Amino acid sequence: MPLPDSSTRHGYRAVVRRKRLLLGLLALALLCSLLLDLALGSVRLGPWEVVQALLSPDSVPPQARVVIWDIRLPVALMAVVVGAALSLAGAQMQTILNNPLASPFTLGISAAASFGAALGLAFGLRLLPVAAEYMLPLNAFVMAMLTALIIHALSLKRGVTAETIVLLGIALVFTFNALLALVQYFATEQAVAAVVFWTMGSLTKATWGKLAITTAVLVATLPLFLRRAWALTALRLGDDKAASFGVDVRRLRLHTLVLVSLLAAFPVAFVGTIGFIGLVGPHIARMLIGEDQRFFLPASMLAGAVILSLSSVVSKILIPGTIFPIGVVTSLIGIPFFISLILGSRRRAW
Amino acid sequence: MVTLQLDGVGAFHGRHLTISGISTQAFAGGEVVAVIGPNAAGKSTLFKRMAGLLGGPGEVAVAGTQRGTSGICYMPQDPPTSAALTVYESVLLARKQNASWVVHDTDLAAVDEVLASLGIADIAFRSLGELSGGQRQLASLAQTLARDPEILLMDEPTSALDLHRQMQVLSLVRDLVRQRGILAFIALHDLNQVLRFADKVLVLAGGRSRGSGPCKEVITVDLLRQVYRVDARIECCSQGSSHVIIDGYSAAGGEIPHRAG
Repeated sequence: MPLPDSSTRHGYRAVVRRKRLLLGLLALALLCSLLLDLALGSVRLGPWEVVQALLSPDSVPPQARVVIWDIRLPVALMAVVVGAALSLAGAQMQTILNNPLASPFTLGISAAASFGAALGLAFGLRLLPVAAEYMLPLNAFVMAMLTALIIHALSLKRGVTAETIVLLGIALVFTFNALLALVQYFATEQAVAAVVFWTMGSLTKATWGKLAITTAVLVATLPLFLRRAWALTALRLGDDKAASFGVDVRRLRLHTLVLVSLLAAFPVAFVGTIGFIGLVGPHIARMLIGEDQRFFLPASMLAGAVILSLSSVVSKILIPGTIFPIGVVTSLIGIPFFISLILGSRRRAW
Repeated sequence: MVTLQLDGVGAFHGRHLTISGISTQAFAGGEVVAVIGPNAAGKSTLFKRMAGLLGGPGEVAVAGTQRGTSGICYMPQDPPTSAALTVYESVLLARKQNASWVVHDTDLAAVDEVLASLGIADIAFRSLGELSGGQRQLASLAQTLARDPEILLMDEPTSALDLHRQMQVLSLVRDLVRQRGILAFIALHDLNQVLRFADKVLVLAGGRSRGSGPCKEVITVDLLRQVYRVDARIECCSQGSSHVIIDGYSAAGGEIPHRAG
């Protein structure tokens, strides 16, 4: 929309107000979805009952209190935190690799993390000398990190295009899936059942402890991204331009990849591979709010959290009394929605 | 006053030394220095070396800057981008790099001023991906100018612009250079624009310097024959300014058999 010279500043302020409003609406959508997620289940609770149980647990019957606080809240919050973490990881991978198809899932980082966790689960193998209770997340992290570094090393080679990176990612996905199958082949029956859990992705095993760790990783990494918001945005103008602005492009890429590996590894270790959130969340955020990372980062997190939280709701209502694996739901529901968004979008971001 | 002098400067691309032994006199603030030479002469590489983005032997001696190396602003040749950013956001982004999150009124005023001076306020809220090549170049120029440069390094800033925009941009840069005491290096292919707008010239060919100094002393018929392999005249027009007129070119160097007209 053309504007006279004197109103460009006002125009920008209006744009910023609109972005803040959109962030507010996303947060509101998340809150509604969270309440719905808490209300639904084999024991149906009204929205008011849920709010009461959250605000003053003593004022509701013990059954409702136990259902909300001990069963549903860790799962519902895990959906929010995992959705936010995976979407943030995807947003940053797309930014630093300058590639719309980049995400922990499509580039094999999630598959590598699953393989790392499966090694621990099936054979008790520890990739780092740590206590047994931290073995799974750290195994997942080590494998995710190694994969991220392979992708990083290749992306630095001359003549490597965005398409090459995606092809390499597909190769890595197949490699780790094959290795995972090998682990299952040699593992005991009990271990195989546990490994299969990862490949489907499920929030039902969420606990307050796992939720705390995943949240801690998200809370610890977020300020590091936010501090570099201008530099990360500059990367989207091309490496030369970012470097001309004084951004240390190589260092920024490497640091971001380490953080992305952390963000992708912990959710995978706790809830299994949940695909497409890392791909879809950032795309929705980009279409709504653009790529100024000061707004894009929170928008990506909120979009990812809303999608996974809604998927959790859908997983309960598809067949009453049964909870579908969340990874299956995100793929079945999320992808058609995503395709309709892309095809319907007038402004193509990529 | 800001000054810049090259002393035996070379640059590595990977393991290869692509430019070497480039030495010049000291250029001073308030001057427009055109960097000219045939394709693959090393102009972009030299700019990257001067901006500190490439390593190599020799010294880029800078003196008199207020902000150290952050006063050196390099404008690379812009590849198309698919970033979901508006022109306004990209200019603000350039200005706020290495600064806090908070956007002050002074930042917005500076962005407004740059957009208005380049005559692109009407595309302020267009997405970068929707711009034409020329508009993208103007947006890129706006990003560079918004950083308050002390030394400007501009790599072919007018290559995608129409005649009117070329005149507008080069006049604007020359005026800024004069008003603010900026030292500007501009890679250009149009030698008539060089003669019109530049005070001095640095000639590169094959990764080495082929001379530097005042335009009229350096740009000679002999130099054009040796560096560009063209047969040319340099003549004074009815309004008193010098113009390069190309008569023919050589296919392999030395002899100039192809004569136009």
